[in-house]
Amino acid sequence: MTPSLSRRTGSQSALVRGLRNSRSLIGLGMIGAIIALAIVGPALAPYSPSELVGVPYDIPNPDTLLGTDSLGRDVLSRFLYGGRNLVWMAIAATTLGLSIGIAIGMASAYFKGMTDEILMRLVDIQLAFPSVVFALLFVTMLGPSPLLLVILVGVSQAPSVARITRGAALGVVERDYVQWARAVGIPTRRILMSEVLPNITSPLLVELGLRLMWSISLLAGLSFLGYGIQPPNADWGLMVNESRNALTIQPWAVLAPILAIATLSIGGNMFAEGMSRAIGRTEGTK
Amino acid sequence: MTNASRAASRTIRGWLVRRSALAILMLLIVSFLIFCATQALPGDVALIVLGKEASADQVQMVRQQLNLDQPVLVQYLRWLTALLQGDFGTSLVSRVPVTDILLPRIMNSFFIVTLSMAVAVPVSLALGVLTATRKDGLADRTIMAGSIMVNALPEFVLGLFLVLLLSTSVFHVFPAVSLLSPGKPIWTQTDRLAMPVITLILLQVTYLYRLVRGTVIDVLQTEYVQFAALKGMSPRRILFRHVLPNALVPAIQAAGTIFAFSVGGVVVIEYVFGFPGLGTALADAVGMRDIPVVQAAVLVISVTFFVVNIITDIVSFMLTPPGRGGRN
Amino acid sequence: MMKGVKVASLGISLLDGTRIVHDVSFAIEPGKVLGLVGESGSGKSTVAKALLGYAGPGARIGSGSVFIDGEDILALSEAERRERRGRIISYVPQDAGMSLNPGLSIGTQLIERLVSGRDAQNRAEAAARIAEVLTAVRLPTDRNFLARYPSELSGGQLQRIGLAIAVVGRPKLLVLDEPTTALDVATRNEVLKLVSDLSKDMHLCSVYVSHDLGVISAVADQVMVLYAGRVMEYGEGAQVLGAPAHPYSHALLRAVPTTLGRKPLEGIAGTAPDLRSRGTGCVFVARCPIGDDRCAAVEPALVVKGASSIRCYKPNAVEAKTNIVPLPLAKARGEQICAVRNLVARYGPLDVVRDVSFEIDKGECVALVGESGSGKSTLARCMIGLHSNYDGTIAFCGDTLPRKAETRNGDAHRRIQYIFQDPYASLNPRRTVGDSIGLAVRHFFPGSRQDVLDAVRVAVERAGLSPDLMSRYPSELSGGERQRVAIARALVCKPDLLVCDEPTSALDVSVQASIIELLRGLMADGLAMLFVTHDLAVVRSISDRVIVLQQGAVVESASTEAIFSAPATGYSRELLSHALNVRPAIAS
Repeated sequence: MTPSLSRRTGSQSALVRGLRNSRSLIGLGMIGAIIALAIVGPALAPYSPSELVGVPYDIPNPDTLLGTDSLGRDVLSRFLYGGRNLVWMAIAATTLGLSIGIAIGMASAYFKGMTDEILMRLVDIQLAFPSVVFALLFVTMLGPSPLLLVILVGVSQAPSVARITRGAALGVVERDYVQWARAVGIPTRRILMSEVLPNITSPLLVELGLRLMWSISLLAGLSFLGYGIQPPNADWGLMVNESRNALTIQPWAVLAPILAIATLSIGGNMFAEGMSRAIGRTEGTK
Repeated sequence: MTNASRAASRTIRGWLVRRSALAILMLLIVSFLIFCATQALPGDVALIVLGKEASADQVQMVRQQLNLDQPVLVQYLRWLTALLQGDFGTSLVSRVPVTDILLPRIMNSFFIVTLSMAVAVPVSLALGVLTATRKDGLADRTIMAGSIMVNALPEFVLGLFLVLLLSTSVFHVFPAVSLLSPGKPIWTQTDRLAMPVITLILLQVTYLYRLVRGTVIDVLQTEYVQFAALKGMSPRRILFRHVLPNALVPAIQAAGTIFAFSVGGVVVIEYVFGFPGLGTALADAVGMRDIPVVQAAVLVISVTFFVVNIITDIVSFMLTPPGRGGRN
Repeated sequence: MMKGVKVASLGISLLDGTRIVHDVSFAIEPGKVLGLVGESGSGKSTVAKALLGYAGPGARIGSGSVFIDGEDILALSEAERRERRGRIISYVPQDAGMSLNPGLSIGTQLIERLVSGRDAQNRAEAAARIAEVLTAVRLPTDRNFLARYPSELSGGQLQRIGLAIAVVGRPKLLVLDEPTTALDVATRNEVLKLVSDLSKDMHLCSVYVSHDLGVISAVADQVMVLYAGRVMEYGEGAQVLGAPAHPYSHALLRAVPTTLGRKPLEGIAGTAPDLRSRGTGCVFVARCPIGDDRCAAVEPALVVKGASSIRCYKPNAVEAKTNIVPLPLAKARGEQICAVRNLVARYGPLDVVRDVSFEIDKGECVALVGESGSGKSTLARCMIGLHSNYDGTIAFCGDTLPRKAETRNGDAHRRIQYIFQDPYASLNPRRTVGDSIGLAVRHFFPGSRQDVLDAVRVAVERAGLSPDLMSRYPSELSGGERQRVAIARALVCKPDLLVCDEPTSALDVSVQASIIELLRGLMADGLAMLFVTHDLAVVRSISDRVIVLQQGAVVESASTEAIFSAPATGYSRELLSHALNVRPAIAS
């Protein structure tokens, strides 16, 4: 309202503002911790993930700190190896989903008319498939290769990003500074990149957190169903699937990976929530 | 649909016709997509299904059943014509008509989703309104923190946490698996439904209540609510007459979307508890490359999405006062 | 029991104690209207809502009393205040369109207060009262009308519903918060007439809040001038507006344009201090022509002098100029720069501009005047290619321009520049001022960093801004400063024609005056201007020729002097007759 209250907001990026909220900071910390674990994990692992080191379903002991799994492999080692695929695939899929979604959303909002109508109907069609069903449909015949999974998860995230982007951009493209840029003949691509995009970063950061959360959920879920990373590779979702029948005998083979997955996706959601609060506060004062 | 086109078809009949025509057109595209993803692939589809060791007879049979010898467009049209006549084909694996496999599964899924929604919708409305009117209070912050965590969890992680909590490690209230006895009606086996239904309710409430909360907060900040206060209306009447009706439409649309997604979309939850629903049928069929079952299951899920969407749109339309058109 | 309204030392502050409004006192007799006038940030709306015992979120009423017929509203509990709202005190909102619930019929919104609360009436009684009030505000009373929703009514009808809701409970005090700002002049005058009539007929005490001195002079018996949360001057309307004693009221009146004569407008330099930077001295001192050290150190008290009170050490020190000094008229017509021929512009199936033709000469200012919906803005947007759905031609320096901005050439892009109405939307919030202007320079005159910087600096200074502002973001600037940045951005392109779409309607009068001064100065250098506005008074002060639009068609086109002294068509006469001017008291 008063100039003094909004003095500093204009000059700061949405990310910096958002991170002043403790929730988004904690969320980012949780994501960072799990990514670090996934990267350095293999170097710390005492055994190879596929090595048989003891009897099946052995409880934790000094040799195998988290016990062994159904085949007698070391749970700790498999856990330390098992995050890498999930983490890179989730990041890749999120990036892909955001890129496609932002492109569609901005084009829809800027060009309006038929372009908008067609793009939004495409988005509706994609939305008619719950993302896990969409992924399963293509995995049926093409098989669960990591690249295909990244594409499927990315594409299934795009519609939501497109809708959010379009909604945010609709308000921006009508603003006079965008109209001015059109009127003086600045090329459309540059208008979109430097006049529109920088003004919709706030809702997109919220989407970043949410999409990361959903990508993790979906990738881990597909692994859990057996349609993700294939055995004998170590993967958190797969580990849960392999050991969940022995939940009462050897819970660590299930608990360790689900705690890691939970931390990662809760981190994504907290980041998103913190961001949307930070935005609500500062942008509400315009 | 854009506002302009809504304004053009002001009457509910014209609007409904347009809306349904569009849905049918999009369903056609969806069906073509499903068909392409499973059948119109490079390479010999029959060989992909059966594997390299399949005998020539088997391969020939699959080819014949899926019309693989025909051009792709003819395959699609034959498949579609059969569908429209209620013929979903025969399972490649069990040789049983797809309808016989899926129909009981569909009923099971609809049953647990309806049951969970019957609890989740009123709970979400109450929780959303309560927390919105006490925004940033202790209760609001606690419930919000809880919902952020629960909502973030992948479905199987939440399911397994609940198993640890309610079935195995802490309490032993409900069985961890929901294998139904085939002979008995589903509603008589409530204890076996408990785990999947509780999981569903938790996921639905944590999403829906936040949406209701946000909408109510938005409405509370409008000028017309401030004017109602300046007019001397009581907070109770402001909440029930001025705020809630305006917050209802987005909530109904979200509830519709959740319903549609819970039917078959929660493959993973059904799988965790071994519940014989549409989702597990799809997951199993994918593993066996049982193309007709996959096609039918995915199609049923998409059709549900469109039908539910049309229903929620009609309800929203009727709740929206004239002249305002629909909301997006 | 004492009749009427008496407000004493009312103070409202933020929760942290920062004062928003301080020491406001006034009295209103039944049947009289008090005009509360001030620019944005003066606290006039805050005062208005406080009269209902209501402070917005984040604020509270810290001190004072509001006596209505002997009862102090502020001494009551929240529940008791609520009982009084809509019954003893009523509120008419600025924009009834936003303030009426879109989901309830207007009948429900009219009746709900009457049939609730302690003094609830039965439905039949209430319905009879509603019919009575609707008749008084000249609206239909039938069932069909009552069953309508707000979205089905026009702006004027909505505002009258707002008025009806306010008076239906037979209040004693009516608070009107800029209720006519969003209306066209004809509707505005009808509503003003209604307010005056209702106040007299129902013996209401009314408080009318507005930034528009013309409106206040038409409706108010007493006037209170607020600035930065303080009362500057308070007294009889004719006295305060006719012969102001306070330097601020004085300056304000000199900034107001009038349709009565071609008057040079004088803005008030500087901006109002924001909430947290108000010192111990007079709040106006920084912008006051006669302020001294004493004014800056200690705030003067509000001194009662006869029927008025004034907060100033040196009242009447500024010489009163009562007669209008006319501006010089335009010279002979020059070389033609732009020609619009048979323009028909459409929105969907609707023709919003119908067969409009006109020319603009070099160094000339042509005003395009019309009410909302007259198609004037659409026409302006056609000129720069932002609205491309039109027939007819727009020729610039002899060449017909393509319809879409995207297909016009660089020369056309550069030589026609546009100033938008809303200064808050015309600058990219993510770019600094220097960067926003620099974008235009780099686009048309690519050069070294230093060249670009120099060009930006020259333009910034020419637009009357300090070069220090170049590193600031738009959110750090006031509305007037932003509009100057937009003008600077247009100037760096070295335009021949400036299209201004209501460039001052979002600004306070004191700022509007200085922007008009700036624009006039630019024209002296040979720049031509198409000035789109609904405000006839502004037109008289800036333009050489006037084109009057009604529903997309030209009804009259003549020199400014001709239109104002002898309007040729009925519509122009009608528009002119609706203009509200502040008349100097000691005129003749």
